[in-house]
Amino acid sequence: MGSKTALYEKHQEMGAKIVDFGGWDMPIHYGSQVDEHHQVRTASGMFDVSHMTVVDVTGTDAKEYLRYLLANDVVKLQEKGKALYSGMLNDNGGVIDDLIVYLMTEPGVSGEWFRVVVNCATREKDLRWMADHTVGFDDVALTEQPDLAMIAIQGPKAIELSKQAVSESRAKLIDQLSVFQGLESEGWFIARTGYTGEDGLEIMLPEDEAADFWQALSDAGVKPCGLGARDTLRLEAGMNLYGSDMDETVSPLAANMGWTIAWEPQERQFIGREALQAQKESGVTDKLVGLVMEARGVLRAHQKVIVDGVGEGEITSGTFSPTLGFSIAMARVPAATGEQADVEIRGKRVPVRVLRPSFVRNGKKVFD
Amino acid sequence: MSNIPSELKYVASHEWIRVEGDGIVTIGVTDHAQDLLGDVVFVELPDVGAELAGGDEAGVVESVKAASDVYAPLSGEIVAINEELEDSPELVNSDPYGDGWFFKIKLSDTAELNDLLDAEGYTGLCESEA
Repeated sequence: MGSKTALYEKHQEMGAKIVDFGGWDMPIHYGSQVDEHHQVRTASGMFDVSHMTVVDVTGTDAKEYLRYLLANDVVKLQEKGKALYSGMLNDNGGVIDDLIVYLMTEPGVSGEWFRVVVNCATREKDLRWMADHTVGFDDVALTEQPDLAMIAIQGPKAIELSKQAVSESRAKLIDQLSVFQGLESEGWFIARTGYTGEDGLEIMLPEDEAADFWQALSDAGVKPCGLGARDTLRLEAGMNLYGSDMDETVSPLAANMGWTIAWEPQERQFIGREALQAQKESGVTDKLVGLVMEARGVLRAHQKVIVDGVGEGEITSGTFSPTLGFSIAMARVPAATGEQADVEIRGKRVPVRVLRPSFVRNGKKVFD
Repeated sequence: MSNIPSELKYVASHEWIRVEGDGIVTIGVTDHAQDLLGDVVFVELPDVGAELAGGDEAGVVESVKAASDVYAPLSGEIVAINEELEDSPELVNSDPYGDGWFFKIKLSDTAELNDLLDAEGYTGLCESEA
């Protein structure tokens, strides 16, 4: 028996198949993972992501602390509510976790503070790491918010239907949000973010209001979706999954996360910077790529990737892509890998195309 | 609880067997198996004419979750395969005992039928695995 979110009874009521997910009893699907996937690509679906860990970072040193803790630079957040994706690295430059950080106030004001959302499976080590590294900062407080439920509503109709399920003032706020921005309204934090490659919202709200909101979304026509569809959607969108596509032994430079490292300004010291710099100078040996296999069959995590004349790699995430109708994957391969490789599937070598790991955005295929 | 029709026979690897007469049987995977697999996206079936011994690998079912081998529960010759599954693998989920059938075998030894589980035996097996 794992932990249960405030929506557990709703999931059961709606026919969810429940599985263990990082110690939480979560819905994997409500009947068909593939139907739920299509629902998000063509209309809208909602996901219970209350298992995610929310930590508020406050105090006069909050910004400087985060500038030291994270490889990306929160100074880039120059508008209230703006969000930033970043890795939190160890001294070797390995990825402890990937996270989203929101600026919760106007930039630079006194009382400026941030909200960080990290993964659930990494909660304990993240909190420990974050707490350990407040040393040396006079005024930083970390406050976990375990009593917040979190619902992601995703898809081309997500915003329109969500507005029907909320109060007038919240609907007005939703209209004002730019992409990758989150703002508060009547005790709810409403962000235009997600993990599917579609437009949509992630809403944090008090646990005791979650079930009614879930029902209101359902009444508005948003379909419940499980973590199974969430995984195929994020993989189509080319978004990394922590623990599969990268972990503490992997550099962000070998995990398609180079864009999340803020090298400038050079005088900013952040954890892992020296290690990353050394890697860059000596040359990064691996890269994370996308694979496409149009033949029948499904690419799966841990299958071997063979690049003739170059070396070998491994699939980190693989699936059947419901949108494309064939299999896609992310794989870590030698840096010299070109556009072709083979994957060993059940003892047979099958040719695959190698490309940038991004397959579907806003319902459409994004590669040639 | 999954659907386990009483008129069918079963094996522990979660295939069902329907005796059609003339020594021919139809094979598919059970409702319990399709539920464990999740959405089926590809089915690879043996060639018509292939001679298989009971327990031989006869194909593969790929779902969104995993690839699973399909075994020939009985010995004989493959006399038909369900070609519909090529374009509509989801039939395995929606109608596992009907349109989602896999293949038909002309048995080489009908005595092997005596080794199969009945619905009650298979129900017990599923419960013990749960």
